[in-house]
Amino acid sequence: MIHVLAFYLFATLVVCSGALTILSRNPVHSVLWLILAFFNAAGLMVLLGAEFIAMLLVIVYVGAVAVLFLFVVMMLDIDFAELRAGFVDYLPFGMLIALVLLAEIVLGIGLWSAGPIELAQRAAPVNPELSNIQAIGGLLYTRYIFLFEAAGIVLLVAMIGAIVLTHRSRGGVKGQNIAKQNRRRPQDAVRNINQPVGQGVEL
Amino acid sequence: MIGLQHYMVVSAILFVMGVLGIFINRKNVIIILMAIELILLSVNINLVAFSAYLGDLVGQVFSMFVLTVAAGEAAIGLAILVIYFRGRGTIAVDDVNRMKG
Repeated sequence: MIHVLAFYLFATLVVCSGALTILSRNPVHSVLWLILAFFNAAGLMVLLGAEFIAMLLVIVYVGAVAVLFLFVVMMLDIDFAELRAGFVDYLPFGMLIALVLLAEIVLGIGLWSAGPIELAQRAAPVNPELSNIQAIGGLLYTRYIFLFEAAGIVLLVAMIGAIVLTHRSRGGVKGQNIAKQNRRRPQDAVRNINQPVGQGVEL
Repeated sequence: MIGLQHYMVVSAILFVMGVLGIFINRKNVIIILMAIELILLSVNINLVAFSAYLGDLVGQVFSMFVLTVAAGEAAIGLAILVIYFRGRGTIAVDDVNRMKG
């Protein structure tokens, strides 16, 4: 009973906050609704018994992605009222597309669920003796180790890409160039001259 | 008892909401990125629900990779947004035509 209640609570909240994410007037509010949607999706995943993914969702999405969004929304000085022009124009057509898509997907789910699901073989059957995080860790560090490393490379490329894209070298700033300093030799920088008396120094 | 179909319907509604968000916020690229995050979240819910109901852990492992790609996509997208704003002073995406040949 409590399970059903929790499911409907989380499902209702995730759908409502998803709707408010795309409909709210202020992008800062949008980001906050997005955070609520992530929290409730994490709740749904806890109900499903996937605690590790749920915690990962909270840490990665709420802790990193949503804060990144919030940072960018607040950093850029944008006139959001101007960006909302055309919202009402696109609304009927967008609603039509969305309703058609939803009807199709729900119809597909209804047709698909006519028969029970039978898998002949499971790739990684759940071991009831292990906790969720132990099972995922065992799978991730053995059979899927190369995929795991590939995910790490994706994150590395994303990080380097973001740094390269947003980095700019400003003109007019005097910084220390250590390579240039090390390249400088005494014979290039110092000159000994035999200066005659009574004449100026010619540089 | 909550069945797999319930989770699938929630995920479908969330997915459609992400698509609708892309449609109605055609100019505001920040909201478009958030709508893409909603779509990926619905995919994750679907993967985890199937994984739980079929007793197969691979769905949860795959959901982690979706999470990774979503994080990378958000970082790169926002970086592009910041340099675009630096050059143009606006983020209206319906007149992005600089790369038109």
